[in-house]
Amino acid sequence: MMKKILSHTWLVLVALFMYVPVLILAFYSFTKSTAIGAVRGFSLQNYVTLFTMEELRDMIVGTLALAVGAAVIASVLGTLGAVGAFYSRPSTRAALETANRIPVVNADVVTAFSICIMLIIVFGIDKDTFVPLVIGHSVLCTPFVYLAVMPKLKQMDNGLYEAALDLGATPFQALRKVVIPQIIPGIVSGFMLSITLSLDDYFISTYTKPATFDTISTYVVNATRGSQTEIKTALWALSTVIFVIVILAVMIMNAASDGPGKKQEVSAHDGRK
Amino acid sequence: MRTIRFSRKQLCIPYALFLFCFVVLPLAVIVYYAFTDGSGHFTLANLISFFTNGNTIGTLCYSIVTAAAVTAVCLVIAYPTAYVLARSGLKRGPVLLMLFILPMWINFTLRITALKEILTVIEGNLSLHPFLNTVIAMTYDFLPFMILPLYTTLLELDESLLEAARDLGAGEAEVFLRVTLPLSMPGVVSGITMTFLPAMTNYVILDMMYNSTYIMGSLIGSYFNIYDWNNGSMISLILFGLICLVSWVTGRGGANDAENRGAIL
Repeated sequence: MMKKILSHTWLVLVALFMYVPVLILAFYSFTKSTAIGAVRGFSLQNYVTLFTMEELRDMIVGTLALAVGAAVIASVLGTLGAVGAFYSRPSTRAALETANRIPVVNADVVTAFSICIMLIIVFGIDKDTFVPLVIGHSVLCTPFVYLAVMPKLKQMDNGLYEAALDLGATPFQALRKVVIPQIIPGIVSGFMLSITLSLDDYFISTYTKPATFDTISTYVVNATRGSQTEIKTALWALSTVIFVIVILAVMIMNAASDGPGKKQEVSAHDGRK
Repeated sequence: MRTIRFSRKQLCIPYALFLFCFVVLPLAVIVYYAFTDGSGHFTLANLISFFTNGNTIGTLCYSIVTAAAVTAVCLVIAYPTAYVLARSGLKRGPVLLMLFILPMWINFTLRITALKEILTVIEGNLSLHPFLNTVIAMTYDFLPFMILPLYTTLLELDESLLEAARDLGAGEAEVFLRVTLPLSMPGVVSGITMTFLPAMTNYVILDMMYNSTYIMGSLIGSYFNIYDWNNGSMISLILFGLICLVSWVTGRGGANDAENRGAIL
């Protein structure tokens, strides 16, 4: 009993450490206060600013567009790469996996610096074309799609592909109608992960983005150096909005995985061990 | 009549090209820059100046100490948390786990902003305790990345081994120290790499906390800002070498990388 109380207290304390700052900020985002500490009455002004100020809106829309774009590129490239590597000779596959691991283990700042030096300094590609930024985010995300898809390929029943060929499907049809449906969970997982990686990125963006473009991360970092309180408190609102969206997304995913699909997922997981 | 045969293997060609052009080539470029001077002549000056310059060596030592402290604090907080979540038979364990890793999906700059506001109220001027605030901020940011791999390994721990140890007369402490802890080492190693390396390089956290930074990552940033590609490349290369060394020593297979970043589906 004592042990239970202790361990639960510990969980509560850690959760408080993780959530109290975000929750306090969320509370103050609904007030007129410009600093934590003094409550000055309820107000939705921060939310109005967040959604109406052009600069903030452009920054949010730009960040989302970049994340979706990078995630789409990453999902296509990473899936093709994983499927191709899965059927390649072991040496080819090993070479691909090694190259694939580099961006995963490497520090983001090193990845960002090396891409920036090559594309912008050596090849002279203009940052304003968004090409370096999109390539950078794709480099960040694609390896994770590859890593998410590969286990699904390994779990796949290979006989089905052969059966499809025997029944007259072309290799392309067999791939599209037999292989892809079996690895869809991996692709979706990789896509979602790509979105979160891109949204969370600071270093790739700051080294490769056009000067006039900002992602949420670069914008927030610049704002902490500035002294505009209107923007500062609007960012509290942004933090709260993102917090709520993440909670909702997690709840939806939890509900979805509690459904009939759950059992299948568990057995697939056990089969891998 | 031969049409071009479609082969499944060929599907990896686009990605192989992509990896070559945007992962391997950039590394080759920084190797080139690291060993040349401004006019393209071969030189070891960048390498030598890294090891002779008190500033860079000091930064290296400082960031190793910082990263070690951050990693240790994360481990001390995360291990019991993951242990309780995974092994104390909580009915809603997986849901509770979500609570502890959910912050990793909230943009880290926004979370650090939140932390900064709170700490400023508590401490006043954050730059008075740079080391303490670095450890707090990085722990705050990286904790989910430590909890997740620990949870995964602790969850998969074979209960029958623990029962066997108890049957053979081991006390609870002994079971933990001689069975649970050694068996959870893969998770510990995974968690350490997930926090140690970012703690050496993620200088923007410190930038946001008190506008000045002294870790390895910030050296790259400062050389970048003064257009010194050669020295910047050398620092990048040294960091990359360190990272390769760490992942070689820990022998991480890389199979869990995606899961450690929160791929859960």
